Amino acid sequence: MDLDLSPVEPFRAEVRDWLRAHVPAAALPSLETEEGFAAHRAWERELHRARLSVVSWPERYGGRDATPLEWLVFEEEYYAAGAPGRVSQNGINLLAPTLLRHGTPEQLDRVLPPMASGEVIWAQAWSEPGAGSDLAALRATATRTDGGWLLNGQKTWSSRAAFADRGFGPFRSDPAAGRHHGLTYLMFPLDAEGLTRRPIGRIDGKPAFAELFFDDVFVPDSDVIGAPGEGWRVAMSTTGNERGLTLRSPGRFTAAADRLVALWREHADPADTALRDRVADAWIRARAYRLKGFETVSRADDVGAESSVNKVFWSELDLALHETALDLLGPDGELGGEWLEGYVFSLAGPIYAGTNEIQRNVIAERVLGLPRAAR
Amino acid sequence: MKFILDAEQRLFGETLHKLLTGAGTPGVIRSWAAGEPGPGLALWRSLSEAGVFALAVPEAAGGAGPLPVELVTAFHELGRHAVPGPLVETVAAAELLSGIGDEGLAAAWLPRIAGGTAVVSLALPPAVPYALDADIADLVLTVDRAVDRAVDRAGAGDGGDELRKAVPGAVRPSLDPARRLFPVGPGGASATGPAVRAAAGAAYDLGALACAAQLTGLGRRLLEATVEYAAARRQFGQPIGAFQAVKHRLADVLVGLEYTRPLVHGAALAYGSPDFARDVSAAKAAASEAAYAAARAALQVHGAIGYTDEYDLSLWIRKARALHSAWGPPAEHRARVLSSLVGGQDPGGGRLPPPRVR
Repeated sequence: MDLDLSPVEPFRAEVRDWLRAHVPAAALPSLETEEGFAAHRAWERELHRARLSVVSWPERYGGRDATPLEWLVFEEEYYAAGAPGRVSQNGINLLAPTLLRHGTPEQLDRVLPPMASGEVIWAQAWSEPGAGSDLAALRATATRTDGGWLLNGQKTWSSRAAFADRGFGPFRSDPAAGRHHGLTYLMFPLDAEGLTRRPIGRIDGKPAFAELFFDDVFVPDSDVIGAPGEGWRVAMSTTGNERGLTLRSPGRFTAAADRLVALWREHADPADTALRDRVADAWIRARAYRLKGFETVSRADDVGAESSVNKVFWSELDLALHETALDLLGPDGELGGEWLEGYVFSLAGPIYAGTNEIQRNVIAERVLGLPRAAR
Repeated sequence: MKFILDAEQRLFGETLHKLLTGAGTPGVIRSWAAGEPGPGLALWRSLSEAGVFALAVPEAAGGAGPLPVELVTAFHELGRHAVPGPLVETVAAAELLSGIGDEGLAAAWLPRIAGGTAVVSLALPPAVPYALDADIADLVLTVDRAVDRAVDRAGAGDGGDELRKAVPGAVRPSLDPARRLFPVGPGGASATGPAVRAAAGAAYDLGALACAAQLTGLGRRLLEATVEYAAARRQFGQPIGAFQAVKHRLADVLVGLEYTRPLVHGAALAYGSPDFARDVSAAKAAASEAAYAAARAALQVHGAIGYTDEYDLSLWIRKARALHSAWGPPAEHRARVLSSLVGGQDPGGGRLPPPRVR
């Protein structure tokens, strides 16, 4: 057992030097606004030119074939440098791993390069009004037609969909099959004929997600991922990424924890031992998440249901980091700024990617082996 | 970079687990608590034969150490089986003796610790004010921080010329019946100076790390036993483990433990580096909280049976509470972490030895 990072230090140094020279001095406008979305897309292009937008991907799609450890190091440097949020993260972290596992070579060649460059930005379309935690209750349909499928129904809470270019998600293609069967995983353009999108203001009013109405939206067969009817299995192969390390890398939390310690230094009231305790605790938890990441990439086996353990941990850590920062800021905590933007973002963490209640069910039943029961 | 135990380290842990399962520790614990240390001392010798105490003794002094990763692997298993005795104190004492600069004392005792023929207790006031099982120990050490004084007490030493025999104070009962705590007054000095202070700091850090590992093992066993119970115990016509209120609480226990193990391993790998004290404190704070949460959940899910003296798991529940604060409670360790991060500025607390500052 060792924690010898010296073999990846040259890569770390390259990333650090590039970021030092290129990260915008002033924070970009929020990526959940039209102006900010465009600015973040331009930043993705810049990252891509340096081949830093998707370091862990194969070279032929714009990556560097970076090892999981190199990816962790990239993320540490990225967030330590205060670089902009990743507007294309849903594509890079959720769709791409699914395609790499289930996609055809044609799909990979067609979809991945423009995703890597920020030319096409993807939105996840899973939830429906009647299918949130109970995703298998989804009702939006895909009906066979000549050369493809016709989509009908409604998706909602689709992150980034207000400004993104394309979406992906499961649709019910065989209504007669059981809940987890007869689903098909599809990709579609958000400006398709018959598709109406209505942006939804999140809790601070910014249009961070949207609802999507499908009225005979045509999707060619070439945009089906995996076999028709296999959508549940295909979708579930993404959730490990969503709940696991790849969506929320340790780097963002260790960077936030270091900033929190700096904020404590600036604003600390030495008599407030309760706040001191929370600052230290948040830093310790961020360190634990970092080390757990090293543990995960050292393992040969698939983490599987253990990704739910990760999701509960990072989502609660993110909240703790930001709540503590706002408390340190005192009466200024409610004023706009990076901590507040991060706080609003962190509020959604325990809800998206499968609520933490669902994650705890998964942990209890599939990791601990407790008996299943009616909910 | 490979941040998981290697095959040999895993095998070492599994071997200890088998040895301790076979030893039937609940009976050993109850005898120890009743003042009959025989079975516990026999187990001590078995552990020594398995190589546990040699891990903290330098090779030059007849040991195999220092091997901190193997040490936390061993203490995880010792905690998982709630083994009684001054285990943490003995390895911390080995660290103290290795660094104190008194070659006579080190030469007299380190080989015996490695060989399992010396049970050593240790107090490091104010953080560790009592010496555990001092009446059974062959040697009791204390370092008076205020005067930089190393004092050996008790010690029915064979050939330990510099050691003075002393009678420990009256035993103070603990919530954990197997933890028999003794106040230790200052005695005659046997070594003094800055080396003593540094060695006491190092001993404290290694002791706190071993205690953190013990806590992760305790927590693991509490969770395993509670999952088993929740799957078997039926109410309202179904296993209580099928209820979400029970599931979610146990899921949280697992989350806490899963994120403590890497902190303990990370601290073990930091042994000898300037970050060691900080990383040990991070591990001990997390381990105290995770194991205590496991104990609270175990008690709640077991219900009344878990609240009885005769139910063996209550030995684990009580130990988790005692070790939560032994070797420093979480708040003091958190203060030490923060102090280390902001460059030694004392954020309060201050009962723990200060971390080294770069």
